[in-house]
Amino acid sequence: MPPLLRVSGISKRFGGLVAVRDLSLEMARGEVLGLIGPNGAGKTTAFNLLSGFLAPDQGAVHFDGRPLVGLKPHAICGLGLARTFQIVRPFPHLSVLDNVRVGALARHPRMDEAREKARAVIDRVGLGAKVGHAASGLTLAERKRLELARALATEPTLLLLDEVMAGLNPTEIAAIVGLIQRINEDGVSILLIEHNMRAVMTLSHRIAVLNFGEKIVEGPPATVANHPRVIEAYLGEEYVHTAAR
Amino acid sequence: MRWLAAAALLVLLLLPAVLNSYAVTVFIFIFFYAFLGQAWNIVGGYAGQLSAGHAAFVGIGAYTSAVLSVQAGLTPWIGMLVGGLLSAVLGTVVGYLGFRFGLRGFYFVLLTVAFAEVCRIIALNTDAVGGALGYYLTFTGNPWQFQFQDNRVYYYVSLGLMLIATGIVAAIERRRFGAYLIAIREDESACEALGVNTFRYKMLAMIVSSFLTGVGGTFYAFYLFSLQPGAVFGIPLSVEIIIRPIVGGAGTVMGPILGSFILSPLAEASRIYFGQGGWAGAHLIAYGLLLIAVVLFLPQGAYPALRRLWARAPR
Repeated sequence: MPPLLRVSGISKRFGGLVAVRDLSLEMARGEVLGLIGPNGAGKTTAFNLLSGFLAPDQGAVHFDGRPLVGLKPHAICGLGLARTFQIVRPFPHLSVLDNVRVGALARHPRMDEAREKARAVIDRVGLGAKVGHAASGLTLAERKRLELARALATEPTLLLLDEVMAGLNPTEIAAIVGLIQRINEDGVSILLIEHNMRAVMTLSHRIAVLNFGEKIVEGPPATVANHPRVIEAYLGEEYVHTAAR
Repeated sequence: MRWLAAAALLVLLLLPAVLNSYAVTVFIFIFFYAFLGQAWNIVGGYAGQLSAGHAAFVGIGAYTSAVLSVQAGLTPWIGMLVGGLLSAVLGTVVGYLGFRFGLRGFYFVLLTVAFAEVCRIIALNTDAVGGALGYYLTFTGNPWQFQFQDNRVYYYVSLGLMLIATGIVAAIERRRFGAYLIAIREDESACEALGVNTFRYKMLAMIVSSFLTGVGGTFYAFYLFSLQPGAVFGIPLSVEIIIRPIVGGAGTVMGPILGSFILSPLAEASRIYFGQGGWAGAHLIAYGLLLIAVVLFLPQGAYPALRRLWARAPR
């Protein structure tokens, strides 16, 4: 059986800037892979390349053995790879239920069936009390959950989460970490971009670190956290020498 | 709400019995523009793709059935479908160019206006369809030729068109197609991420919308009996088509109807009162003012505002 996700040497250049350089990754079924790195390291660009919003200049992406490069985002979603956006994009004038139903319609073309599925997903992410509310009236934490619920409603096998914890307070983060764990336990593999180190360390089975568009380290959370190149990427070279002394 | 709609329909069905001929004419325009507005509503209101060139589809539908009737003796009852299909072909071309190459907002507006203008100029310079002189139909009063002695038949035909289009829009709204169009209007990229083939659904909306608008062209031709390129392909007609659903509530089933009940009599009244003293076109000023008022005070249109009032009313 092929790995769930195989990224082979993808690169993306914007003019003179190489946003992603020769990135390779593999994910097994059921895995949670954390993707970390300083701001501007190319994490979101990598997400856009995987989900079809950008086409790589070089390299290939295989999902479940199928090549993804050249497919439109909706087709990739149809194969079971769903994503969230770092800056959440709810349909502001629609209710929470209608928002999530758009995602559910991907697998359940009948409106009443999709509505039921959406209801279940909304309850699962803990937005049950807000079902009829317009998305524009939600708090940031609720909008992050809505973003998650919509992606989940497309019934993905791999979920790409782009900073679903950014801007949340510690209580909200703890709640969403628990939620992501439960989603993973239900068999959904997760690729996670996150700046909150404690959350990434808790959730990820493995972590890959990007810096200036390149993968510099990959491994289990404990190894990655203490790796000199990671410390250097985040805190600067000087700090590595100080720490070594 | 259901009862209200049924009662309103009953009134509209019985109304011609008591109306004089002029009042019947006013209602015909209300229904006809509500029909065109409803057709536009699918792509402009629900999908949020602002076509400002829908007159092109009216013109193609009108010229097609008129020429087929005069030259080939084809009954307009079939000609209206041919005209609708040709309009849908043009709609496909415009939609493909706009959606395939990601023209949004003003750029899509300009594309649609440009196509309508090209159609107008072609009609203006094609002698086979009368060129600048226009294309005229002779009145025979033969129902098979979509011509009726009694004005009230046009009343029922236009009412039927409005009801059919409204039924289609209501059916779209209840289905996945409609849910997707609304979501596309809200955020296209988010739709793509959720598995919505936005290109396909925008194309479908454009095709259905242009087909219906083209069908309306036949009514236009065989009600007015004269086709002028400037009138059927011109920007003013496109504006007439758009403004009713926007005032009434774009992206709602009732919006175009309500908008037409507000604006069509207004246009008619200002035509009568301003038209005589060399003030022809003054109704466009009234439109402008009304549009400003709507954008400022009822940005979603009159129907959503009415619904909110209705919901708040003590019962």
